[in-house]
Amino acid sequence: MTPQNLEDQTMDDFSKQIAFTTRLDDLVAWGRKNALWPLPYGTACCGIELMSVMGPKYDLARFGAEVVRFSPRQADLLLVAGTITEKMAPVLVRIYRQMLEPKYVLSMGACASSGGFYRAYHVLQGIDSVIPVDVFVPGCPPTPEAVLDGIMLLQKMIAEHHPRPWKQNWKAPDYV
Amino acid sequence: MSNLEQLKSAFGSKFNTSQYQFAHAFGDDSIVIPKEDVIPVFTFLKNGDHFDFLMDVCGVDYPGRAKRFDVVYHLFHSKNGNRLRIKVPLAEGEYVDSLVGIWKGADWFEREAYDMFGIVFRGHPNLRRILTHHQFVGHPLRKDYEADRQQHCTSSLPVHFDNVNGEDGSLLNDNFVPINIGPSHPAMHGTLRVMAEMDGETIVRAGCEIGYLHRCFEKMAETHPYNQVIPYTDRLNYCSAPMNNVGYCKAVEKILGVEIPPKAQAMRVILCELSRVIDHIVAVGTGGVDLGALTAFFHLFTYREKVYHLFEKLCGARLTVSLTRVGGMAQDAPEGWYDDVLAFCKEMRQEVDEISKLLLDNKIFIKRTQGVCPVKAADAIAWGYTGPLLRASGVGLDLRKIKPYYGYDALDFDVPVGTNGDIYDRYLVRIEEMRQSIRIIEQVCKNIPGGDYTIRDRSIVLPEKKDVYGNIEGLMNHFMLVIKGLRPPVGDVYDATEAANGELGFYLVSDGSANPYRLKVRPPCFAIYQSFPSVVKGAMLADAIATVASMNVIAGELDR
Repeated sequence: MTPQNLEDQTMDDFSKQIAFTTRLDDLVAWGRKNALWPLPYGTACCGIELMSVMGPKYDLARFGAEVVRFSPRQADLLLVAGTITEKMAPVLVRIYRQMLEPKYVLSMGACASSGGFYRAYHVLQGIDSVIPVDVFVPGCPPTPEAVLDGIMLLQKMIAEHHPRPWKQNWKAPDYV
Repeated sequence: MSNLEQLKSAFGSKFNTSQYQFAHAFGDDSIVIPKEDVIPVFTFLKNGDHFDFLMDVCGVDYPGRAKRFDVVYHLFHSKNGNRLRIKVPLAEGEYVDSLVGIWKGADWFEREAYDMFGIVFRGHPNLRRILTHHQFVGHPLRKDYEADRQQHCTSSLPVHFDNVNGEDGSLLNDNFVPINIGPSHPAMHGTLRVMAEMDGETIVRAGCEIGYLHRCFEKMAETHPYNQVIPYTDRLNYCSAPMNNVGYCKAVEKILGVEIPPKAQAMRVILCELSRVIDHIVAVGTGGVDLGALTAFFHLFTYREKVYHLFEKLCGARLTVSLTRVGGMAQDAPEGWYDDVLAFCKEMRQEVDEISKLLLDNKIFIKRTQGVCPVKAADAIAWGYTGPLLRASGVGLDLRKIKPYYGYDALDFDVPVGTNGDIYDRYLVRIEEMRQSIRIIEQVCKNIPGGDYTIRDRSIVLPEKKDVYGNIEGLMNHFMLVIKGLRPPVGDVYDATEAANGELGFYLVSDGSANPYRLKVRPPCFAIYQSFPSVVKGAMLADAIATVASMNVIAGELDR
């Protein structure tokens, strides 16, 4: 059967069997969203729940993000799970800056997002004051389902090329 | 003759006790002594075998007094379970002698009191900040420091060590390679920072920096009513949250002088032992991961999820459950819950055997852990080790046996004890403790007492919702208790429970108001972790990683 013999409609069906068309951007985004390499920055209770997210029951691997990397050079998703104290803030910024582009940040839990119920003298009141955050996941700690939901939201943002003004306009704190 | 009277007569022949105040209140013995007598009194108490453990050192601030601070020491004897509190009043600018020479475990506790209150311990070799960052100005637990006054930190300290024998620890030796691990490092469990000077693969000098998770638990406790402190306690040792709830509530109940009903006691025992199992799951699982054995972690986490499921059935939360209330439990268990727990025990028993085979019988695991960085019993006591680590060193101390609470004395269980105090023994003890906890849970679940799950004292416990919405007395009661708060009598107590990591103590000072005046937590891993630099000295770097894992340092309770 040669293409010349076919009706237009059939031709279209045939081509779909052997090829698909897309934009290069979309292809790259598709690859990116399904192969996130998270750096689990677990500092506190949320870190324990993050273990559940990675663990056998919830299994983040199903979303293409099982390759956990503790080196910022090899990761593109910073999962901040737990309270960030004033003492920890410079370390967090340093880790973030060491990550290569493109990079994303997910803030897991109330403490990382806003300081949570620690309105206290040694706790940073939200990591968005030092690094740009793409997704905030509420909860204290959030259930693993909520974290998976956050990851899926991030995947959607990546696929749709969602604008990220918080990232574009971010200035590193002057002390780093 | 009571213990305090014996001490009083023993003191009489040795010291000029005219200025001493002996007191027995809320079941605790305490003595107030002047600061000049600190060294002779503590030397006498230790050498005379009155007490062998220095459990805790902390400060309390009373800005209205001429002598503004109290330095509070808690002593314990492992043979008879006796406790003693010694208080030393101190004016601002005065100093007290450091106890580091008598109990080396005083080291970090004194540093913390300095950091939090500015209390100066004369003779302490490393009296610098420990929990707050190095740019912090002031002392946050003083009453005149506002709870929410943040100070930003803009840098991290370079590699540094403790001063030893008068040598400055910040000076590095050019012949060795300095190495920094953490605080963001997979083997450092999130927030620990270990620094070392290496001669090849051998550690010449090690140091650790903590405080990366200091989230001001004790200040938060001072600014919240008693029952609202419970959620904060969850987040101390978040691997076994219910145990902290129980420890805290037990201390408040002690000062209130109430005993909780048998059913609440039974529920607390079940929760505590379930927590012990899941805490050891994390300790053993991540300990294996740090040695390169990933399988055990995934295996064990399946069972941790099952316990989460039990907690969810009980209260809706998985990890941070806040299940207790002062006076009992928040609510009764749903129907069939105890059967679910028994079913879990059956499964878990098999799993423990499997993990035991997988790790403890594994040749690589044995070679990595046996004989590595052992801690002798005498050292363990001097550092203030408690819990599985102390028992691994051969000291069979368990508060559930020596000072039983909640009916532990009526339960049949064994206390596993190691021999060498090495890393292997620590895991051996933990895995056996999981078996014993399952035994305890099964015994309790089969004999759940009837009755109420909480006391019904109107000045302590909120009425049930059906009464609040159903009759005027219930509504008024609810309203008054919320507005006025639960108010314990003026005084102070220390109460401890056997948590998964060791003695979890709460020192509570009440001024009769609705918030704790001061709440000091005695976290087990704080005392243990301070020994790390000397334990790993001369070992290989990889052994240091195994040691950190076996100590099961939980940053939430370490830094609070």
